[in-house]
Amino acid sequence: MSAPTSTGGRIARFALNAFAGLALFYLFIPIIWIVAFSFNQPKGNYNVAWQEFTLDNWKNPFSDESLTNAFVESLKIAAISTVIATVLGSMIAIALARYRFRGSGGLNFFLVLPLTTPEIVLGSSLATLFLDWDITRGFTTVVIAHVMFQVSFVALTVRARVRGFDWTLEQAAQDLGASPVRTFWKVTFPLILPGILAAALLSFALSLDDFIITLFNAGSLVTFPLYINGSFRVKFPPEVNVLATVILLVSVSLMLAGTIWGARGRRKSAA
Amino acid sequence: MTAARVRRGVKRPELIGLGALLFAGGLLAAVGTRLVTGPLAVLALALVLASIVSLVVVATLGTPDTRRKIAPYGLLKPGMLWLALFYLAPLFTLLRLSLSTLPSRFAVEAEFDWNFDNYVTAFTDFGPQFQRAFIYAGIATVLTIAIGYPLAYVIAFRGGKYRTLLLGLVVIPFFTSYLIRTIAWRSILSDNGIATGFIGSIKATWLLEAIGLMDNGRLINTPGAVIFGLTYNFLPFMILPIYVSLEKVDVNLVDAAKDLYSTSTSAFRKIVLPLSLPGVFAGTLLTFIPAAGDFVNALYLGSPNTTMIGNSIQDQFLVQNNVPLASAMSFVLMFIITVFVIIYSRFFGTEDLA
Repeated sequence: MSAPTSTGGRIARFALNAFAGLALFYLFIPIIWIVAFSFNQPKGNYNVAWQEFTLDNWKNPFSDESLTNAFVESLKIAAISTVIATVLGSMIAIALARYRFRGSGGLNFFLVLPLTTPEIVLGSSLATLFLDWDITRGFTTVVIAHVMFQVSFVALTVRARVRGFDWTLEQAAQDLGASPVRTFWKVTFPLILPGILAAALLSFALSLDDFIITLFNAGSLVTFPLYINGSFRVKFPPEVNVLATVILLVSVSLMLAGTIWGARGRRKSAA
Repeated sequence: MTAARVRRGVKRPELIGLGALLFAGGLLAAVGTRLVTGPLAVLALALVLASIVSLVVVATLGTPDTRRKIAPYGLLKPGMLWLALFYLAPLFTLLRLSLSTLPSRFAVEAEFDWNFDNYVTAFTDFGPQFQRAFIYAGIATVLTIAIGYPLAYVIAFRGGKYRTLLLGLVVIPFFTSYLIRTIAWRSILSDNGIATGFIGSIKATWLLEAIGLMDNGRLINTPGAVIFGLTYNFLPFMILPIYVSLEKVDVNLVDAAKDLYSTSTSAFRKIVLPLSLPGVFAGTLLTFIPAAGDFVNALYLGSPNTTMIGNSIQDQFLVQNNVPLASAMSFVLMFIITVFVIIYSRFFGTEDLA
């Protein structure tokens, strides 16, 4: 858009940019707090008042055993549920993007429903199912719960990414004598893999961070968010900030790597 | 049936595929809800398995055309069955439990007896919590539009080559734990926190008290703090869909309008705004629905006077062990939200939701 020439227009333009800048800063306020307080030496059990700078928390991030255990449980759950959900969700996405078929509208609608149901309803209803079947809630039930909300998420994310995929490439491969299976693994899969990996990364993050649904289906299992919630009445150790910062750093690096990889892929296909 | 007959005989493979999918999903959900029990449940599960096997058989023996028509149903099946059993069936169980009675205060097993008292209790005892949930979520949604729209606009139209980077910056904060972010706000807004100190130092306490954001010099434990937390935590769900719809707007349209002597304001109002409404619509649903069911913000930033329905459901389900009452409240929450979504969709359309 052309730049406005009037003074009023310029002021309005500047004001809007400044507002956007402030909004972006607002998003980062708690993040700055979390990272800063990972370097704090708290007095007492709560790491909420600034005392003095220390690197101790970063040297021993795993000094709190129950916190470490909870963190490991969360990673295990996220890894297992993400693998299952990515396979199931990507299959759905390919079906919806690749084929025109009877009933796709209704099935599509059904797929969106879990995402438009409040988490507390998802969590409590699934817990009633396990109660009804006298199934002890724990690791497996949490994995089941996470896959349930991840499937829709993966399916819709992957579908959005493969929408622009040129499916005639498959036809071309088959015309050249490749079997459908070979066509999929040699042509289709490598091209839609970035989209699948991006969806997997996001759904891993969703699982790692999930609190509400997990709370209802965890039984005596303690995950990272459940540990924070459960221990908040007595303590909030700085190691929590360290682990949160680590999660943040890893996610950001993966995101950057993905963006660079995606940009290179685009250049390659353009060349 | 021989392979040859399958090859020739399958006339409408897509009907077999769709039928097998719906049949298996329905049966699995029925077993999950225990509407079908005992030997019948075993039979039902066998039929589910048979429907999967038959799908595979038709797909492998059929012609390429049959295979192509049946493939989408095969791809959909595992995921859809998972949702049938762990999303759909639980909603029925929830409904049944909400109409059940606990034989005694300490009983765990509730008995189903068409007991509507839970719904009466949900409305009479938890009216304020329902009201707060929808009022807080509504205000938070309006605030996310007010903050998110300009930000999405600036990124989409003035971001230039930094668009991806700026969009990444919007998302990054949400890669840290939801709970820890909320606890961070609790610390910042607390009585000794930075925000309260800053407001005190610029002597603006009276102003914030006047507009109801502070209560006795406190920021924390007020309705304002809860709404503030909801706004913060759901902001990206508003920004991203608005950005996606703004990104699609053809800048040439705006230039054309200006060439025809339209002012910037009317060009925005008549071209950009209408084209971005689908994003606002999607963002509203993605913000309002989770915000209305949220209890984390009310738990960490609020007080007993600001509890939302999510807090009550959580408390009744996990602390008081009154699962039937919690189920009734969950169901009412879902019902109200569904009605809201239907009415809202009537006005704005849902095509761009998915």
